[in-house]
Amino acid sequence: MQDNTQSSSYQQLEQKSKYTNMFLRWFLYFVLILFASYFIFPLYVMVVTSLKTMEEIRQGTLLSWPSGLNFESWAVAWGGRGYGAGDTFLRPYFWNSIKMVVPAVFFSTFIGAMTGYVLTKWRFKGDSWVFLFLLFGCFIPFQAILLPMARTLGVLGISNSIVGLVLVHTVYGIPFTTLFFRNYYVSVPTELVKAARIDGAGFFKIFFKILLPISAPIIVVTVIWQFTQIWNDFLFGSTFSFGEAAPIQVALNNMVLSSTSVKEYNVDMASAIIAGVPTLIVYVLAGKYFIRGLTSGAVKG
Amino acid sequence: MFKWLEKNLPKIVMAPAVGLIGWFVYGFVLWTLYISFTNSKILPKYELWGFGQYEKLWASRKWLISVDNLLVFTALFLIFCIAIGIILAIFLDQKIRAEGVLRTIYLYPMALSFIVTGTAWKWILNPTLGIQKMFIDWGFENFTFDWLVNREMAIYTIVIAGVWQSAGFVMALFLAGLRSVEDEIVKAAKIDGAGLFTVYWRILLPMMRPVFFTSFVILVHISIKSYDLIVALTQGGPGISTTMPALFMTQTAFHKSQVGLSAASAMMMFMAVAAVIIPYLYSELRRENAR
Repeated sequence: MQDNTQSSSYQQLEQKSKYTNMFLRWFLYFVLILFASYFIFPLYVMVVTSLKTMEEIRQGTLLSWPSGLNFESWAVAWGGRGYGAGDTFLRPYFWNSIKMVVPAVFFSTFIGAMTGYVLTKWRFKGDSWVFLFLLFGCFIPFQAILLPMARTLGVLGISNSIVGLVLVHTVYGIPFTTLFFRNYYVSVPTELVKAARIDGAGFFKIFFKILLPISAPIIVVTVIWQFTQIWNDFLFGSTFSFGEAAPIQVALNNMVLSSTSVKEYNVDMASAIIAGVPTLIVYVLAGKYFIRGLTSGAVKG
Repeated sequence: MFKWLEKNLPKIVMAPAVGLIGWFVYGFVLWTLYISFTNSKILPKYELWGFGQYEKLWASRKWLISVDNLLVFTALFLIFCIAIGIILAIFLDQKIRAEGVLRTIYLYPMALSFIVTGTAWKWILNPTLGIQKMFIDWGFENFTFDWLVNREMAIYTIVIAGVWQSAGFVMALFLAGLRSVEDEIVKAAKIDGAGLFTVYWRILLPMMRPVFFTSFVILVHISIKSYDLIVALTQGGPGISTTMPALFMTQTAFHKSQVGLSAASAMMMFMAVAAVIIPYLYSELRRENAR
C-alpha cells in the first residue's frame, strides 16, 4: 500500500516536472522568436517599404503589406529617372565598388598568404615580434592615419580615384589576412615542409605544391572577410573619394541625405537593399565561413 | 648572389607586408603624433608648438560632448550586446529546432554596412512616418517616439541600432565558447543534482571568462571607432548632441581644416584603443605561449 502511494507521488512529481519542462521549452522558443523578430524587423520594413508607392507609405504603417510587387523604386534607385542634373542613382557606384573590391581582395589575400606562410614555415629569430608588429595593425583606429594618407594619395596623384582606394584597402587588409593565414598554417604539420625541403623543394614549390592545395577553406574565409569589409567601408570611401569615383556606400549615404523637395523613402530603402545585397548573398550562401572569419580573429583555437 | 637570394627568399617575400605596415601604419601614426604637436591649420606646419592642440581639444565643448557620448554609448552598447548575446547563446544551446535558421537571423546584420542599416533605422525611427505613426494608427493616440530628433534622447537611437547590429556577434562568440566545453563536465554536474540554471550560472559562465574578455575588447574597439552609424543615422545631430570622437576628428580635419587639432583628437582615440588592445594582445600571446 505504502509502496503504491510512493510510486504514485513519484509519478506525480515526474508529471509535474514534465509540465515545467514543457512550459520552459515554450518560454525558450517564445524568447528566441521574439528576438528573431527584433532582428528581422528592419529588413522586413526595408523590403516592404521599397515595394510601396509614396501614397501607400503615407497611408499605411511600417508593417503594412504593399499592394503589389511594385519594383519602380528599385529601378529609380538603380538607374535613375532619366533626367540630367541632380539625378543620382547607384549603378555607376555599384561598379566602382566592384572595381575597388576585386583587386583589393586579391592583393591583400595574396600578400597575407605569403606572409602567413613565411611566419609559420620559415621561422626565424624574432618572427613572433614581426607577427605582433603586423597584428597591431588590425586594431589601430583609422583616424590616426587619415591625414597622412590623404596627403600621400595626393602626392602619388591617386586621390579621389579607385586606384587610391585599392591601395588603401590592400594595405589595411594585410594585418587581417596575415592573421588568418598564419593561424591556419600554424596547425599544418611542419614535418611535411621539412621533408619537402630535404627532397630539394624550394620556397615557392613548397607553397604551391603542399600548402596551397589545402588552403581552400582559409582562402574562402579570407576572401569573404575582405570582401565584406571593403564593400561595407564608408570611412575611407568618404574621406578619399567624392563625386564620380565614390564607392557604393558613399553614394548611398549621399542619396539618402540629399533631400530634394520630397523625401522618397521607398527609393531610399531600395537603394539600401541594393547596397547591402552583395554581402547579404555571400553571408547566406557561405555563412559558415563568414562566422569563422568573424570569430577566428577573436577566439583562437 | 643567387645563393644569397635563395637564403633570404622568405624575408624578401615577407618584406612587402612589413614595409607597407611599417610605413602606412606606424609611420603614419608617428606623423599624426608629430602634427598634433604643431600649430597646423589647413596645411601641415612642422615647427613644434607643444601641447597647445591638446589644451585646445580638452577646452572644446564639442570634444567634451563627444567623449561624454562615447562613454554613454560604450557602456550601454557593452551591457546590451553582452546580455542579449549570452541569453541567445544559452537558449540556442538547448537543442533548439531550427537553430541554424535562428542563428542566421541573429547574425545577418553583421554582414551589412552601418550605412545600410543606419538608413533603415533612420526611416523606422523617424517620427512622421515611422514607429510613432504605426502606434498612433493602432489606436495609441498619444504615443510619441521622437528620440531621433530629440537632443536628449538621440544618442539612444544610436545604441538601439548599434546593439541590433552587433549583439549577434557576441552570441556567436559565446555559442562557440559553450560548444567547446566538454560534455562530461555538464554531465557530472547534473549527476550531482545541479539544475540547468546552476550549471550555467556556477559552472559554464565562469568558464567563459576569456570569451567575456574578448567580447569586451572587440565591442569597446567597435564603439571607439563608431563613425558610419552616426553619419547615417544622425550626422551628429540634432545640433551636436550625438557627435563622437571619430566624427569630431574627420569634421575638424576635412570641414574645418584644423589639421593640428584633429591630429590631437586622433591621437586621443589611438591611445584609448591602445589602452584596451595592448593588454589583450599581451594576454593572448601569453596564453598561446603557455600551450
